[in-house]
Amino acid sequence: MKLDAKIPEGRLEDKWRNYQLKSQLINPANKKKLKVIVVGSGLSGAGAAATLAELGYDIQCFFYQDSARRAHSVAAQGGINAAKNYQHDGDSIWRMFYDTLKGGDFRSREANTYRLAELSAPLIDHFTQQGVPFAREYGGVLVNRSFGGVQVQRTFYARGQTGQQLLLAAYSQLNKMVRQQKVTLFPRHEMMDLVLVDGVAKGIIARDLVTGELKRFAADAVVLATGGYSRVYRLSTLAIGCNGSAIWKAHKRGAFFAAPSFTQIHPTALPQSSESQSKLTLMSESLRNDGRIWVPLQKDDPRKPNDIPEAERDYYLERRYPSFGNLAPRDIASRAAKERIDAGFGVGRLKNAVYLDFRKAIADYGQQVVQDRYGNLFKMYKKITGINAYAEPMLISPAAHFSMGGLWVDYELMTTIPGLYAVGECNFSDHGANRLGANSLLQASVDGYFILPNTINNYLAASLATDTATVDDPAFEVVEQEVKDQIDRILSVHGKRTVDDFHRALGKIMWQECAMSRNKPGLEQAIEDIKALRTSFWSDVKVTGVARGLNTELEKALRLADFIELGILMCTDALQREESCGAHFREEYQTEEGEAQRRDDDFAYVSAWEYDPEAFQLHREELTFEYVQPSVRSYK
Amino acid sequence: MQLTFRIWRQEQFQDKGAFKEYLVDHLTEDMSFLEALDHLNETLVLKGERVIAFEYDCREGICGQCGIFINGRAHGPHDHVTTCQLHLRSFQDGDTVTVEPWRAKAFPVVQDLIVDRSAFDRIIAQGGYISAKTGTAPEANAILIGKETADKAMDAAACIGCGACVATCKNGSAALFTSAKINHLNTLPQGKLEADQRVRDMTAQMEEEGFGHCSFTGACEVECPEGISIANIAEMNARYWKARLFA
Repeated sequence: MKLDAKIPEGRLEDKWRNYQLKSQLINPANKKKLKVIVVGSGLSGAGAAATLAELGYDIQCFFYQDSARRAHSVAAQGGINAAKNYQHDGDSIWRMFYDTLKGGDFRSREANTYRLAELSAPLIDHFTQQGVPFAREYGGVLVNRSFGGVQVQRTFYARGQTGQQLLLAAYSQLNKMVRQQKVTLFPRHEMMDLVLVDGVAKGIIARDLVTGELKRFAADAVVLATGGYSRVYRLSTLAIGCNGSAIWKAHKRGAFFAAPSFTQIHPTALPQSSESQSKLTLMSESLRNDGRIWVPLQKDDPRKPNDIPEAERDYYLERRYPSFGNLAPRDIASRAAKERIDAGFGVGRLKNAVYLDFRKAIADYGQQVVQDRYGNLFKMYKKITGINAYAEPMLISPAAHFSMGGLWVDYELMTTIPGLYAVGECNFSDHGANRLGANSLLQASVDGYFILPNTINNYLAASLATDTATVDDPAFEVVEQEVKDQIDRILSVHGKRTVDDFHRALGKIMWQECAMSRNKPGLEQAIEDIKALRTSFWSDVKVTGVARGLNTELEKALRLADFIELGILMCTDALQREESCGAHFREEYQTEEGEAQRRDDDFAYVSAWEYDPEAFQLHREELTFEYVQPSVRSYK
Repeated sequence: MQLTFRIWRQEQFQDKGAFKEYLVDHLTEDMSFLEALDHLNETLVLKGERVIAFEYDCREGICGQCGIFINGRAHGPHDHVTTCQLHLRSFQDGDTVTVEPWRAKAFPVVQDLIVDRSAFDRIIAQGGYISAKTGTAPEANAILIGKETADKAMDAAACIGCGACVATCKNGSAALFTSAKINHLNTLPQGKLEADQRVRDMTAQMEEEGFGHCSFTGACEVECPEGISIANIAEMNARYWKARLFA
């Protein structure tokens, strides 16, 4: 199958406009007749559901949490980027586009990335109108701060709770449309599988997580907005319920999975402290505006951090990357931390952390200013660790954070299954091999609010001629039975190991071999190990409780079964890509200084994998760069 | 570390629940409270029993999904934290810890420690938004908002919707939750046009859901993970009477 990204014609800055000028329209009376299913209620899902409802479509929105307000967009802390140039520091759409493309190590499409930058400024207008209390100057204008990988100040924020405020705005709009009876919400419902009728997405099977009942839902199009899948590592900054099941099920039904192994490891999370730990809490990247990262120059230095004099500290980011310093992009900062920790300079009880120090900022501007900027983050740090970070440095460590990979989508955000769209983190799209800080909220929002509502009509206009599928179609019956069989099978293993135990085992393999640093023998072994784990899972997992009722263990087990398969694909992808780019660091391909070495002649393409139970099939979408010449990505 | 958990077990809303005791061993001080429950659940699975149903998601204090009444207090012994941010270092080896769901008329128990908080969503749906469609926004800096105003709106907007305020209130009142959303939006110029309608509709829904009245004990603001002040309730009341009298 030839992948067609459907990039519109014209100059880079005209493409989106050209697309809109030519896309089809549907009259309001007809929109009412069209049903769209949205799975997920985060920024992209709620944004899409609310906006599509405003346009007149009939929307059903599904999410596993008890309320749409819980979706994990809520946890994004630092901010959202926009090329407003309010700081008069030379920012522009072009510069933001270039920063994002370079940040992703030239592994994303020019047209998509440009559109992301182009739509960023209207998005800030949009959220301001919706009542997001962005930080303001005394004179009333909006404030910006810096984020990694960028030399201008283009990040908008609402304290350290930007994701929460944007999500609540989206949640509010969603509820506004609920009140108008244009959106029906299905809380505590998890999508179990996708239903295709004649090769076209026509609905889903969902499980009511309270009653355990399997339900069929038919629609004219299905939108997946299910977020990232970094819980495949078990320990991550994600919410415990975040999962890859919806996109994995879609993948198994024919949607190609792009760049599955491109995973961002965030440099500033709290370190793991014990085996029983379930979560690595993120400390916002914004802290690196004022915090300085260091380790002692001396190995196993027994002194307390404050007792180590300046001359005996190694500010390794400032040393290695003088022009970006502590604001080096995430992949680079994480790898640099790993390098120091592996070399034996790690700090903390388990020697698995580095210091993030605010002493200089507090000395320069006073504690009050630091408190104004990051107060809630310091409070959170204190709550979790019991340590006052105004008085001594924070301990931080890299953690799995964001999936740049996801379902392959074209310029219209449609997957390779007609009628199935993927928005937000669950698609592969604009971030290439590494996402810049504060571009995640941005991408989720523009996908949901601005892009999908402008592209879905192109598809739906054509489907107006055909009847809406109904749940009586035999395809629904077949898929529902398959879901039921899978549930029965998992409940009837009656083995000896818990789901969590298997998840820990999977996480260890993935973290060891398919995270910050990868190599051929390691990945080959990992694939074998995960396959063995899969066999073991299906013969030895123990899940108690019933299928027809609330059963949190069953939910976890079903998600893990998919993570195990996804893990194999991630390792396959990492193995196949014999180059280093962004977050994908193959040890065999590095410069003498230990930086990532791209191989543009052989790997300037998006890997899109087709599901095959025997061996995943690779399809290539060549990346052509018409406007930017890919260069060595340097932050020195 | 060893703890005895006295946990509320209830199959479903219609059933009568009861406390059941579990002696849990091999705990460590740096475990979070929810990780201790995870650990207990793993031992229950191995024994072939149904696990304890409890809710969580982000485990970093922002999603608002985890809400457990611990030793008679919402989210445990500390002020201004969520249950996921509570760690076992706050307990003594050998302690008995009583673990219950939120108890409020408007929050029916779903199972064990899980309650139904959808009443909050229905309150938001009655005006907890600004009626503006996607694509109609003016330039962001065209709306000037002083820092003090933005900060005040943000203080109220920080609510995570966990329901601790309701659970801890002797009247089961949702006044803190509702007032936080009203004041967030009514403080900002963008929310002014709908201010009166918003306060009328949202408070009406609050009553319809069966939440009690506020009698200003201040218990809610102590438990609120975001430290939202009860001054918000006084302000909501003032807005309410203004909306009623001058409508």
